Amino acid sequence: MIANFGYKDGSGDFYIIIDTDKCNGCGDCVPVCPAGILEVRDNEYDPMADDLMAAVKEEFRKKIKYSCSPCKPDNIDYTLPCVKACQFDAITHSW
Amino acid sequence: MAKEFWRWKEYNWKSENINWNNGAIITGGVDVGSVSSQAVVLVGGELFAYSSMRTGSDSPMSAVNSMNWALEGTGMTLENIKYVVGTGYGRVNVPFANKTITEIACHARGANLMYGNSVRTILDMGGQDCKAIRCDEKGKVTNFLMNDKCAAGTGRGMEVFADLLSVPIEDVGELSFYVEEEPPPVSSTCVVFAKTEATGLLREGWHKNKVIAAYCSAMAHRVVSLLERIGVEDDFVITGGIAKNVGVVRRIAKEIGIKTLETEYDSQIAGALGAALFARSLAEKGK
Ligand code: SF4
Ligand code: SF4
Repeated sequence: MIANFGYKDGSGDFYIIIDTDKCNGCGDCVPVCPAGILEVRDNEYDPMADDLMAAVKEEFRKKIKYSCSPCKPDNIDYTLPCVKACQFDAITHSW
Repeated sequence: MAKEFWRWKEYNWKSENINWNNGAIITGGVDVGSVSSQAVVLVGGELFAYSSMRTGSDSPMSAVNSMNWALEGTGMTLENIKYVVGTGYGRVNVPFANKTITEIACHARGANLMYGNSVRTILDMGGQDCKAIRCDEKGKVTNFLMNDKCAAGTGRGMEVFADLLSVPIEDVGELSFYVEEEPPPVSSTCVVFAKTEATGLLREGWHKNKVIAAYCSAMAHRVVSLLERIGVEDDFVITGGIAKNVGVVRRIAKEIGIKTLETEYDSQIAGALGAALFARSLAEKGK
C-alpha cells in the first residue's frame, strides 16, 4: 500500500509517502527525525492484518511542510535524514 | 425563523424481509463525521437497517442517537448487536464500539459491497474532508490520501454556499446546469474567499445558477487535482454527501473522462457499512 501523509494547499503538495510493501516497521527512521513526527504503528488501513508500518503522527499530518522545513534548506542537494535512514527506500517526499 | 437552506434530510431505513432473530451474527458500524453521522446494522452480513443524521455538538450523543434511530421500529436493541466498529473523525467517541477503524479502510470496504468488487478508485467527499482511495478487488486499500486542511471541496463548504445563495442544498447540483454556457470556475474554493467572490459576482448581475455552476466547477477541479496524485483507475465511484450533488459529480467525471458508477444504496453510508463489515470479520476472528 502507498500511504500519503500530508496535504495539498495553495502553495503545493506536501506528502510523506510510505510504501508498506517495502517498509517492515524496523523503526530506523523514527529516532533520526529531528522534528519527531514519525512513528511505527499497526497498519490502521488494513485492520485484518497484524503488520507494522512507519507513519506520520496524526498531530503532524496537517503541518508537515513546517515540521520538515529545517531538514529542507533551499537549493542544497541534501538527503533527508528519514530517507537516508531507511535501507529499504520505503520513504519518499513529494516536495 | 429564517429558512435554513443548508439543511439536508435526515433519514432512516430498515429491511422488511430480514428476520434478525434467526441466529445470524449481528454487527454494527457507526461513522461519526464532522457534519453527519451514520449507523448501519448488518444481520449475517446483509444490510438490515441504517440511519443518517446531523452530528450534534456532542459526538458520543450523536453516535448513540444515530444507532437508536437506525434500530427504531425493528424490535432490536443495542444489546442484540454482537460487535460494533466506530469510524470517522469522531470514532473515539462511539461509547459502545468494540473497536475503532480509520474511515479510509471503512470507505474502501463499504464501497466494495455497495458498488461491487470492480471498484478501484473511491473519492469520498465528506463534510469536512476529502479522501482519495485506491483499492483492490477485496476492498483493501492500496493507495490513499486525505485532505482535511480546510473545508474547500467539502459538504460544509457547499452548505455555506447554499445558504449564501438561498438555494436548498438538494437543488444546487441540478441548478448548476441551468446556464447558457459553463462559466469559468470561481478562483478559490476556500469557503471564505468563495463567499466573497460569489457575492461580488451576484452584484455584477450574474444569475444565481451561473454562480452555482462556477462554484461546482471549482470544487470539481480541486478534487481532481487530489485524484491526480493517486491516479484514477476504473471503476470509479464517489461517496459521501457531495456524491448526491450532480453538479459536482458530473463535472468531476467530465474532467477525468471516467464516469462514476451508481449504487442502489445511499452514498453516505459507505463508511458505516464498511465498519459494520469489519465488525463481522473481527467478531468471526474473535479479535
Ligand atoms: S526505516 Fe524504512 S522500513 Fe524501517 S520503519 Fe522506517 S520506513 Fe519502515
Ligand atoms: S524530512 Fe526531517 S523532519 Fe521531515 S520526516 Fe524526514 S527527518 Fe523528519
